[in-house]
Amino acid sequence: MKNRRFLLILALLLSIGFVLAACGSSDEGESSGDGGDSNESGGEAEASDDFSVAMVTDVGGVDDKSFNQSSWEGLQAFGDENGLEEGEGYDYAQSDSEGDYTTNLSRLVRQDFNLIYGIGYLLQPALEEVAEQNPDTNFGLVDSVAEGDNIVSITFKEHEGSFLAGVAAALKTETDKIGFVGGEDGDLIRKFESGYVAGAKSVNPDIEIDIQYAESFAAADKGKLIASNMYNNDIDVIYHASGATGNGVFAQAKDIKQNNPDEDVWVIGVDRDQHEEGKIDDQNVTLTSMVKRVDVAVNEVATLTMDGDFPGGEVMEYGLDDDAISIATTNEDAMTEEIVSEVEDWKEKIANGEVDVPSTDEELEEFESSL
Amino acid sequence: MFTNRTINILIPIISVFLGLLVGAIIMVVFGYNPVLGYGALWEGAFGDSYFFGETVRMVTPYILSGLAVAFALRTGLLNIGVEGQVFVGWLASVWVGVAFELPMVIHLPLAILAAAAAGAFWGFIPGILKAKLGVHEVIVTIMMNYIALYSTNAIVRHVITEGEDQTERIAGSASLASEWIAEMTFYSRMHYGILIAFLMALIMWFILNKTTRGFELRSVGYNPHASNYAGMSVGKNIVLAMMISGAFAGLAGAMEGLGTYGYLATKSGFTNIGFEGIAVALLGANTALGVVLAAFLFGTLKIGALNMPTVAGVPTELVEIVIALIIFFVASSYMIRWVILRFKKEGK
Repeated sequence: MKNRRFLLILALLLSIGFVLAACGSSDEGESSGDGGDSNESGGEAEASDDFSVAMVTDVGGVDDKSFNQSSWEGLQAFGDENGLEEGEGYDYAQSDSEGDYTTNLSRLVRQDFNLIYGIGYLLQPALEEVAEQNPDTNFGLVDSVAEGDNIVSITFKEHEGSFLAGVAAALKTETDKIGFVGGEDGDLIRKFESGYVAGAKSVNPDIEIDIQYAESFAAADKGKLIASNMYNNDIDVIYHASGATGNGVFAQAKDIKQNNPDEDVWVIGVDRDQHEEGKIDDQNVTLTSMVKRVDVAVNEVATLTMDGDFPGGEVMEYGLDDDAISIATTNEDAMTEEIVSEVEDWKEKIANGEVDVPSTDEELEEFESSL
Repeated sequence: MFTNRTINILIPIISVFLGLLVGAIIMVVFGYNPVLGYGALWEGAFGDSYFFGETVRMVTPYILSGLAVAFALRTGLLNIGVEGQVFVGWLASVWVGVAFELPMVIHLPLAILAAAAAGAFWGFIPGILKAKLGVHEVIVTIMMNYIALYSTNAIVRHVITEGEDQTERIAGSASLASEWIAEMTFYSRMHYGILIAFLMALIMWFILNKTTRGFELRSVGYNPHASNYAGMSVGKNIVLAMMISGAFAGLAGAMEGLGTYGYLATKSGFTNIGFEGIAVALLGANTALGVVLAAFLFGTLKIGALNMPTVAGVPTELVEIVIALIIFFVASSYMIRWVILRFKKEGK
């Protein structure tokens, strides 16, 4: 009996060994083939059909209706413009957890992509590490500043856009109570928060602002719960800067609207124009969106890189003046002309330096005391 | 010709096979090519030494969290709290790694021991509550998971750093990573932790099968009343079992803290290492060798899955379905057992 069991285990181990061995040999052939390829295309990206670009999402995923999706749309547009094929010329890798960042980045490097984006500040440590190990590949990091000669950092002046969102919210609210739902607490989302608070208080210094963090960019359930609490507490406008978590905020607003079409609840979207997300029957709960054209930036940097002008080591900052940050006016019923013109006024003031929008907690305190 | 033992070994193998088969059928139904899909998975897990290294990296904590769950189950306890114990282990190891500057021979073992001790402590609480007050360990461990998650976040933010999202990197003298392995595997994050995992599997087998204490632990698991009657202290054995289980889980955290990452970042949710451990233990039939093999399977599936969307266009979620199916088939082992016995009869 004991002998038999031992034999069985031995047989099992042997069979595993065989399978592994078989895979090893088949790989050698393939990987040498790959190597040949990379030598041809890796030399220099002269023709556009040799150029390839890929991105690694954060945990929100490529269909988060927000930040990652916008980046992917940028890559798709870039692919269309240059006649690239999905999978060959441009592609994405989805991360399901923090541990996947490095694996995904390294895998794309090994698949010989010329330019690889890390989407979101969460990827910064992983991207810096992989970039250091692969000095011949170009990398782009969106939303944070990474150090390295082969990394370009793409950042946005989200505080300025959020300021305008705050102005719109303060003008729209009837209860003088507005809310903010953040994703993970950190420097980046604080930037949104500071701008939003500053904008709202500029219009109405006595406005009440409830600030909550869901501690995740991918927790729609938490987003819904927070939104439900806020709307129950008389808050009627919520600005979310929380990626896929914000889908829960939209869901809650639409539920309220479904039950009582006359109740006024609004959501301010983020990153993309989230007009579509707010649709319910013939109404729409999306007041406006703080549009951050990640797609434009991603596309632009990819084009630069393809033309051989990779801005390695630089920090590219996009703001209101490049129209990379803007306030959507798709919902014309909600964004009345009055609100739009006021928002335009403030935009003007930001542009000519009359208002210096705070981007951190300390700057916000200073700003508030100066009001 | 089929003894009970062979059936016990056959069930996981058949379950894996069935899981992959049903997974393939699902792929066909949704218009994907299963051969291409599984090919991409294989390539993504063993394609070259980089992927192999990453697979081993993933397997390492799975072995330890699987051992943690298996050890508790063998003594009749359901330790759902492995996830939380992984967190405190991770925190403790990184803390020791960051805070001290010591020669490697002291620093590394100290960091590893700290992780094991932290995990053991996190297991001790539900253990003592169960032993003294009869509180069910499942309830306590589930809650301890959340306590661990949010306290580690708070400690990272406010105690170890000043408002940062992640700790500094641990000192080189506390790191399990090795340049030699990294170079050999094209910078994969594989590290020496796999040796610790193997050693722990051996230790678990030894404790349970070769020591008096292990016999007591198992007998309490089989029947606490009989064990009590035979003069064994049930409470003491429960606490001890939870602590050993927690120590294994804490070590799984150390693998992440000292090996894979070298730091601890605030988390928005669970790492799932602990929860996967439950599945690993189940598939591995709660034996040390079984857990090691099951952990290899899960690591392979997880890492290989990342390659599936790019190469074969198959979404990674499919692998989650396959894993769920495997667990389903293991859990419904009665069905497989019935079929096997059926064949046996007909054979005669």
